[in-house]
Amino acid sequence: MEKNINVTLKIWRQASPKVKGEFISYKMDNVPTDSSFLEMLDVLNERLLKERKEPVEFDHDCREGICGMCSLYINGHPHGKDGGTTTCQLHMRRFSNGETIVIEPFRSAAFPVIKDLRVDRSAFDKIIQSGGYVSVNTGGAQDGNAIPISKIDADEAMDAASCIGCGACVATCKNGSAMLFVAAKVSQLSLLPQGKVERAARAKAMVSKMDELGFGNCTNTGSCEAECPKSISISHIARLNREYLNAKFTD
Amino acid sequence: MAKKQDTTSVEAPIIDARIPAGPLAEKWSNYKAHQKLVNPSNKRRLDIIVIGTGLAGASAAASLAELGFNVLNFCIQDSPRRAHSIAAQGGINAAKNYQNDGDSVYRLFYDTIKGGDYRAREANVYRLAEVSNNIIDQCVAQGVPFAREYGGLLDNRSFGGAQVSRTFYAKGQTGQQLLLGAYSSLSRQIGKGAVKLYSRYEMLDVVIVDGRARGIIARNLVTGKTERFSAHAVVVGSGGYGNAFFLSTNAMTSNASAAIQIYKKGAYFANPAYAQIHPTCIPVHGEYQSKLTLMSESLRNDGRIWVPKKKEDAEAIRAGKLKPTDLKEDERDYYLERRYPAFGNLVPRDVASRAAKERCDAGFGVGNTGLAVYLDFSDSIKRHGEATIRARYGNLFQMYDKIVDENPYNTPMMIYPAIHYTMGGVWVDYELQTSIKGLFCIGEANFSDHGANRLGASALMQGLADGYFVLPYTIQNYLADQIQVPRLSTDLPEFEEADKAIKSKIEKIMKIQGDRTVDSIHRELGLVMWDFVGMGRTKEGLEHALEKIKEIRKTFWTKVYVPGQSVDMNSELEKALRVADFIEIGELMARDSLMREESCGGHFREEYQTPDGEALRNDEEFSFASCWKYNGEGEAPTLLKEPLEYEFVKRQQRNYKA
Amino acid sequence: MWLIDSSIGRKLIMSITGVFLVLFLIFHGTMNFVVLFSADAYNAIAAFLGANWYALVGTKMLAIGFVVHIIYAIYLSYQNKKARGAVGYNVTSSQKSVEWTSQNMLVLGVIVVGFMVLHLIQFWSKMQWVELSHKMGLETSGDLALATDGAYWVKHYFENPIYSILYIVWLVALWLHLTHGIWSAMQTLGTSSNIWLPRIKVISNVLSTVIILLFISIPVYFLLGFNI
Repeated sequence: MEKNINVTLKIWRQASPKVKGEFISYKMDNVPTDSSFLEMLDVLNERLLKERKEPVEFDHDCREGICGMCSLYINGHPHGKDGGTTTCQLHMRRFSNGETIVIEPFRSAAFPVIKDLRVDRSAFDKIIQSGGYVSVNTGGAQDGNAIPISKIDADEAMDAASCIGCGACVATCKNGSAMLFVAAKVSQLSLLPQGKVERAARAKAMVSKMDELGFGNCTNTGSCEAECPKSISISHIARLNREYLNAKFTD
Repeated sequence: MAKKQDTTSVEAPIIDARIPAGPLAEKWSNYKAHQKLVNPSNKRRLDIIVIGTGLAGASAAASLAELGFNVLNFCIQDSPRRAHSIAAQGGINAAKNYQNDGDSVYRLFYDTIKGGDYRAREANVYRLAEVSNNIIDQCVAQGVPFAREYGGLLDNRSFGGAQVSRTFYAKGQTGQQLLLGAYSSLSRQIGKGAVKLYSRYEMLDVVIVDGRARGIIARNLVTGKTERFSAHAVVVGSGGYGNAFFLSTNAMTSNASAAIQIYKKGAYFANPAYAQIHPTCIPVHGEYQSKLTLMSESLRNDGRIWVPKKKEDAEAIRAGKLKPTDLKEDERDYYLERRYPAFGNLVPRDVASRAAKERCDAGFGVGNTGLAVYLDFSDSIKRHGEATIRARYGNLFQMYDKIVDENPYNTPMMIYPAIHYTMGGVWVDYELQTSIKGLFCIGEANFSDHGANRLGASALMQGLADGYFVLPYTIQNYLADQIQVPRLSTDLPEFEEADKAIKSKIEKIMKIQGDRTVDSIHRELGLVMWDFVGMGRTKEGLEHALEKIKEIRKTFWTKVYVPGQSVDMNSELEKALRVADFIEIGELMARDSLMREESCGGHFREEYQTPDGEALRNDEEFSFASCWKYNGEGEAPTLLKEPLEYEFVKRQQRNYKA
Repeated sequence: MWLIDSSIGRKLIMSITGVFLVLFLIFHGTMNFVVLFSADAYNAIAAFLGANWYALVGTKMLAIGFVVHIIYAIYLSYQNKKARGAVGYNVTSSQKSVEWTSQNMLVLGVIVVGFMVLHLIQFWSKMQWVELSHKMGLETSGDLALATDGAYWVKHYFENPIYSILYIVWLVALWLHLTHGIWSAMQTLGTSSNIWLPRIKVISNVLSTVIILLFISIPVYFLLGFNI
C-alpha cells in the first residue's frame, strides 16, 4: 500500500570533469514509496527548476532495467543495495522514513565524471570494438539450424549475454577491474560454435584493450557478481582466464 | 485562430512509391537484379551519415561499412548499445517454418497485411517476409543466443495475430540480444575505422544542398556546441514518436526530433495517426510516474485475461475488500476468449487493447484506479508447473514484482494498455528513400511496413530487414549517380544557414526564462494526446485536441524555463528541443486522425465501428497512405495520398472470431 | 612479456607462486606436526633437510617464489589503487556474499610477512642458516649443536605463552589468507565453472583449515600446558 516518507539526499555535484565536486544535501518530504528512485530524482529536479537552479544531471534512458544507461552509487552500492536491480528499477519502498541517502557517480579511473552523476563509460565500447564480435559480414550466413547447439550451452551463453554494460562491476570493484564485463562477452561467444573460430584472438585482444584502458587486476573478490543487476556469475571470469591462458600458451 | 483547413475535400495529389513491376514474389529479386551498384573503389569515396544505433541504424551502419562505404554514425546515448530497441522483449518473426506448422513467406506476408488492417504496401511487406529468414541466419552467425530445444535446434513461440509459431526469442530479452548482435557488428567496423561513431550527439537538422540531403547539424551533448557533418547521403533511423504521449513504454530520450526536422525540410510524414497501444503494460500508479513499463506480449501465450463478471465484484476489488483469487471460475469474464474464440488471448494488439478499454469504461476494471484488467497465470502454472513458467517469463515476473510489489506467481498481474509503437513515420518509397533525394529513413522512424497496426515480434524484423538487407542495396541505386560528387565542405552557405538557424532556435528557447518546466509542458501535452488522440478518437475530441495543442505550443514558446548555458551539458535544453517537436508531431497526429474518417488498426474513430464494437474500415475512401507536406511555421500542411492497391490480397474485414 | 604486461598474466604468476607456497605449507605443517609425537623424529627430518643440496635448491626456489609473490602483490595493489581513480567513494559497503578476506588479501599478506620475519629469526636463522654458514666456512654466532636440535627451539619459544599466542595470531591471518587464496588461484587458473566454483570454495576452506590445524596444534599444545 502506498505511503509517504521523508528522506535526505546527499548528492555529488560537479560542474565539469576538471572542477572539484562536492556533496550537496537536499531534503525530500512526502516521497511516495510507490515511486521509483529516478522518479524521486525527477521530483527533486522539478523543485530545483522551480527554485531556478540547475537540476542534477544523471544518466538514464529506458527505465526498465535493460539499456544499462542508469548508474548511480547509492549508499555504497552501485544501483542501490538490492541485488539484481538497476537504479531505474529501484523503488522508494526500499528506503525508510528519515533515512539519509548518499548518491555518488560510478567511480573508476576509466570512468571519468562528465557532470554531476554522469560518467563516461565509452571504455566499454572500446573493449568490444577490439574483438567482442564474430567476424561475419551481412549476407552469406548459413541456415540458423545448420549447427545444432546444446541447450545447456545456449542457455549459459544467454546468461553471459544478458550483460547490459552498465559498469556496476567496475564501480563496485575495489580494483576497478572490468573482468566481469569482458568475461561475459568472451564467455558468451566461446560457448557458441559461431564464436569459437576466433576465440583465441578475441580473448587476447579484449584483455589487452582492457588493460590498456586502465582497468585494474581482478582479485576474485566477487563484488561484481554480487552487485551485477543481471547477476552474471564470476564463473565466466574463470572461463575468460581459461580462454586467455590457452590462447597465450598456444601462441 | 487559424482558419479551418478542410484537407479532404480537395482532391489530394497522388504520390508514387516507385514499386517495381512484376509478380509480387519476384519484385525484390527483379529489383536487385537490375538496380545500379557502386563498385568497391568508389564506395571508399562515399560518405554516409546514419542517425541512430538501434536495430535499424546499427545494422545499416555496420552493413554499409562492410560494403566499403565510410559511415558516420550518431547516437544520443553514451553508447550505441543503449538504443531503445534493446527493450523489446518477446521475439522476432521469421517464416522459417521450422515447426512444420504450415508457415511460409506468403503466410507471414498475409498475416502482416491483415494485422495491419490492409493499410500497408503489399510490395514492401512481401519483401519484409522474404528477408525475414535471412535475418535469423545472420543473427545466429553473429552469436545471438536464441532459445533452443534440447535437440539443439531453434525454439519458437507463438505471438498475437498468427496461427503458427514463428517467433524466435532469447529469453525475454530478444531485442537486447539482437541489438547487441548488430552492435557487435557495428563495433567491429568502428574498430576497423570504417565507421566513425559519435555518441552523445543529437541530430538537430538535415542540410539540403541543391535539393539533396548532404549533411546534418548535430549538437554535441557533452559540450553543448553544434557541429556540422557532410556526406553523400543521410539515413535516419531515429525511432518512433510515442513519447509525444509523455507516458509511454519508450525510453526517456526516445524522440521524434530527427523525423520532425526532416519533415520540416520537405520529407513527407505519413500516417501519423497510426499509433499502437500495447495491451500488456503495467498500469499507471501515480502522478510522479515518468514512464510505463511493458510486459511482453508473449505473456499472452500462457496468461488468461479477465475481469470480474459482476460489477459489484469489480467495485469490491477496487475498494480492496476482495482479492482476485477470491473469485471463482464462473465469476470471471475471460472477455477475449468470449469475444474471439478462434484467437482468444492472442488477438492482435489493437483488438486486445480496445477490448480492455471497453471493459474498464463499462465499469469492470480493477486496480485502485479501475483502469486495469487481470492477466492470470494460475491455469498455466497448474498445467506446466511453476518451474516452466519461471523459465519462460522469470525476468518479466521479477520486473513486475519490483515495480508493483506483488508476486505474480500467487496473484494475477494487472495490466492496462499504453502507447508503445508508432506505425506512422517519415514517408519512404520502395527504396526507403524519403521525398528528399539522398535522404533515407529506416526502422520505426519510417512508415513503411506495418500499415495501421503492427503485429508482435514484427518491429525487430522490420528494423533489421531495413538495416541489413534492404537499405544496403537500395541506397546504392542512389549513390551510383553520386560517385563524381566530391566531399562537400561544411563551410557551404547551406551548412552555415542551417547551423545559424539551429543556434538561434536554441538561443530563443534559452531566452524565454519563463515559469514552466519542460516536463510540466510535456505532461500537459501527453494528457491531451492520451485523452483525445489515444485509443478512442472522435471528431469533437480531435478538434478539441488541435485547439489544446495550439495553446500548449504557445505556452511552450512563451513560458518554458531552461536553466544553465546552451554550450554545456544541459539536459533541460535537450528535453526542451524534443518537446518542441513532440508538440508538432502531436498536432500532426490529431490532424491525420481527424482526416481519416474510418477506423483501422491503431486508429479507432468511435463514430466508425461495427455494431459489436469492431473497427469499421472505409476502403472506398481511405485506402491510401496519408502523406503530410510541411508548408511552413503556422501553416496547415498539405495532404498528399499514396493509393494502396491490393493486387494480390483480397481485402476483408479483419476477423479474429472464427 | 605478457606475464608482466597483462592483468591475467600477472594473476597467473600470483596463482602459481601461491600454489607453490601452499604446497610448501602442506609439507612444512606435516613436518611440524611430528614434533608433538617425537622430538627425535622431528629432528631427524630437520637433519635430513638441514643441508642437502635438494633441500637447498628447494629453499632457494621457495624464497624466490615468495619474493615474486610479494613483489607482484605490491605491484598489483598499486595498479588496482590507481585503477580505482583519484576520487574515492564517500560511502562503501559490501554485499553479504562478498568475503571479507577477499577484500583484504594485502593486509593479511603484510601480517603474514611480518610474522614470517620473526619466524625466520627464531627458527630458520638458528637451524638451517647456522648449518649452512658453518658449511660455507662463515663466521656464525649460532650454536651448531643446537642447530640440529629443532625440537629444542620449538620448546624454547613455545614454552613462552606470549610467543604461542603471537604464532596463533599469525596462523589465523594465514588461514584467512589461504581460504581466499586457494580458490582464487584455481579461479585464475581457469579451473572453475558454474558447478565447480562452489566445490572449489569448499575445497579451499577445507585445505586451508587442515594446513592451519597442523601448524596451530603446536602453540595450542603448549598453551594447554603440555610439553614435548
